[in-house]
Amino acid sequence: MINAEPTPTATKSGYRIETPTPESQAASVVALPFVVLLAVLPSFAARDLVEELIFVFYMVALAQCWNLLAGYAGLVSVGQQAFVGLGGYLLFALTIMAGIDPLAAIVLTGAVAAALALPTAVIVFRLRGAYFAIGTWVVAEVYRLIFAQFKQLGGGTGTSLGPDITNTVAGIEWIKSVLDVRTPAARDIVSYWAALALALGAILLVYVILRSRLGLALGAIRDAEDAAESAGVDNWRVKLTVYVIVAAATGMIGALIYLQKARISPDAAFSVLDWTAYVIVIVVIGGIGTIEGPILGTAIFYLLQRYLASFGAWYLILLGALAIAVMLYAPKGLWGYLAERYGLILFPTRRRLVIGGER
Amino acid sequence: MTVWADALIQGILLGGLYALFAAGLSLIFGIMRLVNLAHGDLIILAAFVILTIAAWLGLDPFAATLAALPIMFIVGFALQQLLLNRTLGRELLPPLLVTFGLSIIIENGLLELFSADSRRLHGGSIETASLALSPDVAMGVVPLLTLASAVAVIVALNVVFYRTALGRAFRATSDDLEIAQLMGIDHPRIFSFAMALAFVVLTIAALYLGMHANFDPTAGPERLLYAFEAVIVGGLGSFWGTLCGGIIIGVAQTTGAQLNPEWQILAGHIAFLAVLVLKPRGLFPRATD
Repeated sequence: MINAEPTPTATKSGYRIETPTPESQAASVVALPFVVLLAVLPSFAARDLVEELIFVFYMVALAQCWNLLAGYAGLVSVGQQAFVGLGGYLLFALTIMAGIDPLAAIVLTGAVAAALALPTAVIVFRLRGAYFAIGTWVVAEVYRLIFAQFKQLGGGTGTSLGPDITNTVAGIEWIKSVLDVRTPAARDIVSYWAALALALGAILLVYVILRSRLGLALGAIRDAEDAAESAGVDNWRVKLTVYVIVAAATGMIGALIYLQKARISPDAAFSVLDWTAYVIVIVVIGGIGTIEGPILGTAIFYLLQRYLASFGAWYLILLGALAIAVMLYAPKGLWGYLAERYGLILFPTRRRLVIGGER
Repeated sequence: MTVWADALIQGILLGGLYALFAAGLSLIFGIMRLVNLAHGDLIILAAFVILTIAAWLGLDPFAATLAALPIMFIVGFALQQLLLNRTLGRELLPPLLVTFGLSIIIENGLLELFSADSRRLHGGSIETASLALSPDVAMGVVPLLTLASAVAVIVALNVVFYRTALGRAFRATSDDLEIAQLMGIDHPRIFSFAMALAFVVLTIAALYLGMHANFDPTAGPERLLYAFEAVIVGGLGSFWGTLCGGIIIGVAQTTGAQLNPEWQILAGHIAFLAVLVLKPRGLFPRATD
């Protein structure tokens, strides 16, 4: 969808390495107007739609992050709620106690989340595979229990952001004057744009990483971990880099989510269901290890949520069963199936060998 | 001073419960390298099965557990045979995600059937009975029985592992799956027996969980974390290590609670992370992975 660089590494012997595919070039032509449409959508769409799309955007962003971690770096975490909650709480702390503008606080949150992810990684990286998964869950619980101790942030019951903070986000006044809307609607529009930026940013981030040296190393590790190590890839370092980048991005998404919600509590902010289980279901249904999968998965999840969430426990049972069924019968997910069947690749990250003029 | 002695003793007794949670997890991991994310929810499921049998037949929890054991044995065997065996292979994700999905299904299925109310297994007079060690320190009979059962379960598991033909097959598949297959071991069946055995252990754990404290359908994940911590602290592949791990987590929790009641759970997690930093392979490692 995005053509970073065509990388036609032409050589004398008549072959070159190429990444774009015809579909990806066509898709990037279609994608640009679509993104522009999404960007201007709040100027004419109903507020309900804007609010629902905010949810869709941050789920896309979270799904991209988890997919980079689990699908590409092999770090299957069930503890990403640690960073969503951390981001939310940092936003509250920075705006309530330090008086920083919320949008600036979101950026700062990313930096703090990355700084905390380093020591966290050093501990949980001692566990491998499935044990790493539960280890990350324990860490998320530790974060939850620690934030529940802060009385200034409401302790175990949580706290709210007052309108003095939520209504002073940069851009609200400008939107009010340009689009002629009231403050709550203008707030939503700022959140909408921030969420859209994070979703697109997350997609771009994953794409750029996969096209970089780091991405090449990730591919090598995924295909053969020991061989990659012996070929000079520092596996531990590569995984650490991905873990920290994902933590920073997840923290920023968490900050945005709780700026929009304006109310936080430890149980909600560090919820394994909301911030990890749903995300895993999205990525697995859509197709793990692809950039397209999490986007498709979020669309499916949004529809399921919209029409079936009222069934409560039965809806969750259905989601669990769906995840199991996909894992057993179509482990590559819906996009994996489509890509295999029709040879579709919208985000080309694979370096293909082209001999002569043939593809 | 006596409050700390009391915290220590209560912690050791609590550790018995955690060791029971952990023994099933340890068994499954040791044999088939499967980490069951639904383990905690399965313990809660077993507690509800005991509760239902006790209510239907008017039995006390111990008798109801005896009736529940064969049922859970069959459920465990069937679960492994029909579902989990299909997820085992080189890939890490399928078993993880399938058991995670299972955990969501069990939790919400129980919510739908039994509502979110807290339940308890009522054992009558034994619940409040205790042995006084001194005027300030007493040991409850149920916690003592829990620790004794944990020791008994671990002795029994060791006997099964090292003294029976089934145990030999368990160890063979654990040590080298391919060679075990060459020797004619039907490994899916062996795995199913292992899961059935793990279900028996977790049903015993469920009995004491239900008599020790209230439980509700959402209590599973926390039990999974305690079990997991006990296994890692003790070191993979050693049942006695798992018992020690459970006791360490239990003592950490009760001493933490003694400092500040809000720190109980946190102290257990911190103890786990500390062991992970200092001795990443646990205190008594046997298996490598």
